[in-house]
Amino acid sequence: MEKNDNTTGTVSGIIANLVVVDVDGPVGQNEICFIAHGEESLMAEVIKVTGNQAYVQVFESTRGLKPGSKVDFRGHLLEVTLGPGMLSRNYDGLQNDLDKMEGVFLKRGDYTDPLNREKKWSFKPLASKGDEVVAGDWLGEVEENGMPHRIMVPFKLEETYTVKSLVKEGDYTVDDEIAVIESKDGETISVTMVQKWPVKVPIKAFQEKPRPFRLLETGVRCIDTLNPITEGGTGFIPGPFGTGKTVLQHAISKQAEADIVIIAACGERANEVVEIFKEFPELDDPRTGKKLIERTTIIANTSNMPVAAREASVYTAMTLGEYYRSMGLKVLLMADSTSRWAQALREMSNRLEELPGPDAFPMDLSAIISNFYSRAGYVHLKNEKSGSITFIGTVSPAGGNLKEPVTENTRKAARCFYGLSQDRADSKRYPAIDPIDSYSKYLEYPELQKSLEKNMGEHWLDNVIKAKDVLLSGKEANEQINILGDDGVPIDFHDKFWKAELIDFVVLQQDAFDDIDASTPLERQKYMLEKVLSIVDTEFEFKNFEQVGDFFKRLINQLKQMNYSEFQSDKFNGFEKELGEMLQEHAVEVKQEEAV
Amino acid sequence: MKSQAFQKVYTKLKNITKATVSLIAEDVGYDEMAVVNGRMAQVVKIVGDEVVLQVFSGTEGIPTNAEVTFLGNPPQIKVSDELSGRFFNAYGQPIDGGPEIEGEIREIGGPSVNPVRREQPSQLISTGIAGIDLNNSLVSGQKIPFFADSDQPYNQVMANVALRAKADKIILGGMGLSNDDYLFFKQVFDNAGALDRIVSFVNTTENPPVERLLVPDMALTAAEYFAVDKNESVLVLLTDMTLFADALSIVSNRMDQIPSKDSMPGSLYSDLARIYEKAVQFPSGGSITIVAVTTLSGGDITHAIPDNTGYITEGQLFLRRDTDIGKVIVDPFRSLSRLKQLVIGEQTREDHPQVMNAAVRLYADAANAKTKLDNGFDLTDYDERTLDFAKAYSEKLLAIDVNVDTDTMLDIGWELFGKYFSKAEVGIKKEMVDKYWNNN
Repeated sequence: MEKNDNTTGTVSGIIANLVVVDVDGPVGQNEICFIAHGEESLMAEVIKVTGNQAYVQVFESTRGLKPGSKVDFRGHLLEVTLGPGMLSRNYDGLQNDLDKMEGVFLKRGDYTDPLNREKKWSFKPLASKGDEVVAGDWLGEVEENGMPHRIMVPFKLEETYTVKSLVKEGDYTVDDEIAVIESKDGETISVTMVQKWPVKVPIKAFQEKPRPFRLLETGVRCIDTLNPITEGGTGFIPGPFGTGKTVLQHAISKQAEADIVIIAACGERANEVVEIFKEFPELDDPRTGKKLIERTTIIANTSNMPVAAREASVYTAMTLGEYYRSMGLKVLLMADSTSRWAQALREMSNRLEELPGPDAFPMDLSAIISNFYSRAGYVHLKNEKSGSITFIGTVSPAGGNLKEPVTENTRKAARCFYGLSQDRADSKRYPAIDPIDSYSKYLEYPELQKSLEKNMGEHWLDNVIKAKDVLLSGKEANEQINILGDDGVPIDFHDKFWKAELIDFVVLQQDAFDDIDASTPLERQKYMLEKVLSIVDTEFEFKNFEQVGDFFKRLINQLKQMNYSEFQSDKFNGFEKELGEMLQEHAVEVKQEEAV
Repeated sequence: MKSQAFQKVYTKLKNITKATVSLIAEDVGYDEMAVVNGRMAQVVKIVGDEVVLQVFSGTEGIPTNAEVTFLGNPPQIKVSDELSGRFFNAYGQPIDGGPEIEGEIREIGGPSVNPVRREQPSQLISTGIAGIDLNNSLVSGQKIPFFADSDQPYNQVMANVALRAKADKIILGGMGLSNDDYLFFKQVFDNAGALDRIVSFVNTTENPPVERLLVPDMALTAAEYFAVDKNESVLVLLTDMTLFADALSIVSNRMDQIPSKDSMPGSLYSDLARIYEKAVQFPSGGSITIVAVTTLSGGDITHAIPDNTGYITEGQLFLRRDTDIGKVIVDPFRSLSRLKQLVIGEQTREDHPQVMNAAVRLYADAANAKTKLDNGFDLTDYDERTLDFAKAYSEKLLAIDVNVDTDTMLDIGWELFGKYFSKAEVGIKKEMVDKYWNNN
């Protein structure tokens, strides 16, 4: 924003957290200002200007605020501070470090520094004197919780610069000068480990954004096997309350194959955030052997925290993600729930007396959502390295209706759809992802198909499609059974139905609270899918339909015991052997050759 | 309300609507309380020097020359141990004929707890009701509503829960409570000899509906006093939150706001969350647990009030009349306690999670069998057994008149499994089956 004069103003109107300010100079849309209230100073953002009146949304409660209060405009948009030391921090939606705040209750106007200014980081240069650099180029790196944290040329710089000097390897604080770079015009810029960036502007310090092509392992079978998400992909999880959105999100964030996990708890329950605060420091990261919290940053704007900061929280999270992506890291970004963010937009649009769109949401909701999702992605950096942001958002559809505006508009933006079904949740079939309605558009990407073929074997994709078909035909058979009655249909229908149930119980359903079953590596997923499909392919003979259900229930029970046992342990193999014997009871001994 | 001598008195109203009055006034803060001809009012909008006041009891009979004084503060309550055993109205004034409370003045609707200062809820609250303790265990610091139709005995169940929960303090926030229900609570608490640990804030159907908006904040500010200052475990009962939300929609309508779904204000989610999120486990040991009631219209949970509530609270408890046994049960399908994972199998016996899940799954099979039966199909032997199981399960465990400890509930569960099913049909982890099957 090009505006250097420090404009000031006076409060002239207050309607909840919307404040009208009479200004004495230029103001910019989305400019940040501070309203003086006694000893407190309340942060706010300009959201509309008419004449010499600026309408600002205050990120805090406006209780007790009086007309005549002084307002100071800062000349910049809402920014985050980027630098080493953000991992394992707990921030609010405006990137205030929650741990640095005193007292049990949040104090209004309490803004804390997101970084540790005293800590010394061991810096290693990556560039050399004389190098030509542009925004986002790596000048050096420090180690942050075992992860390389690159110190980059500030994103705000638009020209090509020459490195004039660079400090030697050694220990520096984030504010120490680590390099001086010079523009063509001879202007020199001092670079530290810290830079600022406005959250609503995407960081574009990369070469190109190709289509995602590699599967991102989450350990959740009904995602990885059936509808995989890719590294740099986008997905969303809509579901009525009580269908397990949050448990699923937590499972993904614990298990997914990512260097950095950023969790934006946006307008959700505080106790759920507390669960992350308490659990992640205890849980081992299977990939690094360290604790999960060390690669995680949490942005917490819980439902009782100021509404205006809710919108900011998802942008703050995305900007942090883009920062780490520019370092060549794999970032997983989770936002729970984007509906709350849309509701925050609605509240403000209402106070501004804008003409409403569907369900009183603002008309540009669709554009806002698409814009946000488009910031995720896999990128090739300018130095031939790559990085990614995989984004999964949850949506809380009002009344469980998937036709409501937030779900509809998100569907247009996200490539994977993991619809949670009330019916499945009611019958405790968790994760309650509907196997038939859900989809991953990435499965149609030739890029992904090729990499799956390479990593999972040439039959993998066929098997996945087959599993989906079996599920669908099982559903159809079930409908027929329900209409015509158990003995009103051929036994074959029961066979179809129970084969689908077999896939449902053994592959789709997963116990997120069991140490072993919670996360299934791809290798094991492949093994189990093949095992289950081999049973599906087996022809069985039954005397009556009751035998079918009894037999398959025993098979399911046996396979579930396998799921609960360590892969290929003695216990696992024992159950598998028993399963083999069980299968013989009803298997038809048809030799393929004879049949032909 | 008495006004103080030095306060400026305004006598010229500019506009009067059904719920609000406006006037030109100086040095007024947002959310500040005022008195308009003796009626309580609150600042809801300031535009230039014009202040809009919401008059809680409505503006009928208010003249343009009404006397307006500003109290210089947001709504407040005096807190001290003297609150115990007393009944107050929505403004925190005694309605039981007793003396005024002496104590420290606190603003209601204060700031939120910093999420990093919260403790994870971990203390099991037993109620003796198996539909709750076995399937949907409550935990201190949790917030959970009963979703119930108006004809169901939710207030009775809630009173039972409150009395058995062993909380240091019980705070009742009654909104639009009928006088009969108000007297019911008073009597039940009195009979249990628990009156001295109960504080009540009551807005009955006889009071103006908009006053209700103050009740939850009054109750929760009192709760915070006991939980933070006294490190006590406090149970807050809020009944009925649907009537609270209705009052919100009345106000937003009168303020010319654009309604969203079901004529509710667009801010309903935040308004409800602000209240429910006061449920917390403090690091110092005190806690606030909220058990609320949200009445449904015809069991419809997609209505904006239960829908938004469900997204905020940590589960919900459904009551349903089971015609097979002729009793009200806690519906195992639609009820959920999100925090039960923190305590079951940890503070209760190890087999708790598995027994709970298996029983609910078998109960679901019974529901399928019932559908078959209703559609006139033949039942299999398994179907028949699930139906018998369902009846026994409903009678011995789900009914709200059950009052046993959790171990007994689990034993009953195993007993029923053994009576009606084979081990494979129950499908529980082998280690548990080996240990508990046929132990009785």
